[in-house]
Amino acid sequence: MTEISPAVALSGVNKWFGAHHVLRDVDLTVEKAEKIVICGPSGSGKSTLIRCVNGLEAHQQGTIHVDGIELTGAQASVDAVRREVGMVFQHFNLFAHLTVLENCTLAPIHVKRMGRAAAEDLAMGYLDRVRIPQLAAKFPGQLSGGQQQRVAIARALCMSPKVMLFDEPTSALDPEMVKEVLDTMAELARGGMTMLCVTHEMGFAREVADRVVFMDEGQVIEVAPPAEFFDRPRHARTKAFLSQIL
Amino acid sequence: MTRFVRADLVASRAPPAAIGGPLGWLRRNLFSSRGNTLTTLAILGLLAWALPIALRFLVLDAVWTGASGDACRPEVAGRPVGACWAFIADKINYLAYGSYPAAERWRPNLALALLALAAGWMLWLGAPRRDLGALFAFVAFPVSAYLLLAGAPSLGLPSVATGLWGGFLVTMVVATVGIVFSLPLGILLALGRRSRMPVVRVLSVGFIEFWRGVPLITVLFMANVMLPLFLPGDITVDRLLRPLVGIALFASAYMAEVVRGGLQTVPKGQEEAAAALGLSHAQSLRLVVLPQALKVALPGIVNTIIGLFKDTTLVSIVGISDFIRVLETSRADPRWSAATIPATAYAFAALVYFAVCFSMARNAGFIERRLAAGERR
Ligand SMILES: Nc1ncnc2c1ncn2[C@@H]1O[C@H](COP(=O)(O)OP(=O)(O)OP(=O)(O)O)[C@@H](O)[C@H]1O
Ligand SMILES: [Mg+2]
Repeated sequence: MTEISPAVALSGVNKWFGAHHVLRDVDLTVEKAEKIVICGPSGSGKSTLIRCVNGLEAHQQGTIHVDGIELTGAQASVDAVRREVGMVFQHFNLFAHLTVLENCTLAPIHVKRMGRAAAEDLAMGYLDRVRIPQLAAKFPGQLSGGQQQRVAIARALCMSPKVMLFDEPTSALDPEMVKEVLDTMAELARGGMTMLCVTHEMGFAREVADRVVFMDEGQVIEVAPPAEFFDRPRHARTKAFLSQIL
Repeated sequence: MTRFVRADLVASRAPPAAIGGPLGWLRRNLFSSRGNTLTTLAILGLLAWALPIALRFLVLDAVWTGASGDACRPEVAGRPVGACWAFIADKINYLAYGSYPAAERWRPNLALALLALAAGWMLWLGAPRRDLGALFAFVAFPVSAYLLLAGAPSLGLPSVATGLWGGFLVTMVVATVGIVFSLPLGILLALGRRSRMPVVRVLSVGFIEFWRGVPLITVLFMANVMLPLFLPGDITVDRLLRPLVGIALFASAYMAEVVRGGLQTVPKGQEEAAAALGLSHAQSLRLVVLPQALKVALPGIVNTIIGLFKDTTLVSIVGISDFIRVLETSRADPRWSAATIPATAYAFAALVYFAVCFSMARNAGFIERRLAAGERR
């Protein structure tokens, strides 16, 4: 192990669903405070890749290190990694039976064993940061999609993660709400968070990402800083993909 | 092509007056079409025929006081006789407690009060410390109720053999034990059924399918006759305990399927979000999945509980003195032989069972509305 371990390091990662080879020899190192945007066609394995980083899916070959902790099959390693990693989902996955505030305090209280009052203070702080403190007492079902996604971000931040994973956080949103979520994420990025973000919001990638990763058929095809990635793509598949979405 | 530009905006107006009042309501709800009108008339006709008969039997011609069956014989009373409530009044203690010693009847009463406390604590959503409430309902209450009813000589409570228990007391004991054990057991079975461990899954499915495939009456006979066969000769199982075990296991299989239905409505994303936040599998079940699943399953759970309550009447067939059985015994009393005694007894049974089941259903409906109000979309 090097002196300062990278935030996330994947090396030779392979994953199969049954006989279906969904991740093939994936190598990727993410430094601390680095922002990575992952894009690629549907079914290329983007979700699977970032779900492997917090152990929601288990990889079968290769190694994954998060902040120096190796993800082995053992539950202890999965638990240790999940303490470092927050995740935001496409469909928010807020706990429908809990209020916004309770959504945010659940893990601090039950995982970190924080007192209720301290957890609520913490949660209100993050709800403030995503600019919806006034919604603390509402239930998720009463919120717009954009508001729900911002709650989901605050909920993840309440566990003070070192790395944040986003799986298409804006693709279930109506167009007018995409911006409020992207703005929240950009602000988080400016604060120095390490981020792995699956998204097709190319404006966001250009503005915020340090590197863009293009995946196809379970492989990393091209990794480049956004300017180069968008203006001078090298691989034929990258070019084909970009010509379709831009 | 002509061009249209609105010149003035239409202001909002009140809706046209509906045909108000009770007449309007009748028109809209009961006589809105020919079929509707016919149905309404048919039902009114049926009520006009049945209600006076019921009213005459249950109230107008009823005999309210009397010391023996003579009071309820038309030739003695000198008038047509309906329900003989005097008979119920005379037997009420026996109907309530069976042969439970009169001096100790405060103990079942106290147990019933504890039951009410447990149910209230669990069901009143705004109650403080509902986690303690669950502990009380599913641990402390069963233990203390058992000590109260069966007795604990070391605590100064003389023992009362279960053979003396009877009536409504036994019905409540059987139903409560069935509910208190079948609900947690059913939840465990439902979780076992979707466990990642194949052995657990197969055992759960096998258990559920076995109990669902056997009629309750068979279960009760088996518990009575066969349970002793499986145990070493010198161990005897209490005669009341046998059907209790049978009913609890039987009900848990049904409970498990109802809970499973609830579990299936909770999206997978909920568990994934809980896992991503670092909650353990058990925490995710307890804090995220089960609260949502049980809320959805609540109508089915209440339905199962009500069914269970009515099914307890079957224990009378294997010789347990439950409410129905003491009612049967009472009406065979020669001192109370009169023509309307059987009808009175069954009408009373129907009223009692209906009162209990209906209040359970109403309570559940109230809770459902409270739960729904919190998260209205
Ligand atoms: N739980 C699963 N079981 C079996 N196959 C799966 C599972 N999850 C994903 N797959 C398959 O793995 C492949 C990669 O899926 P993944 O969800 O990672 O793609 P993606 O790049 O995120 O696509 P999208 O843009 O549509 O979200 C797909 O072919 C998908 O069908
Ligand atoms: Mg995906």
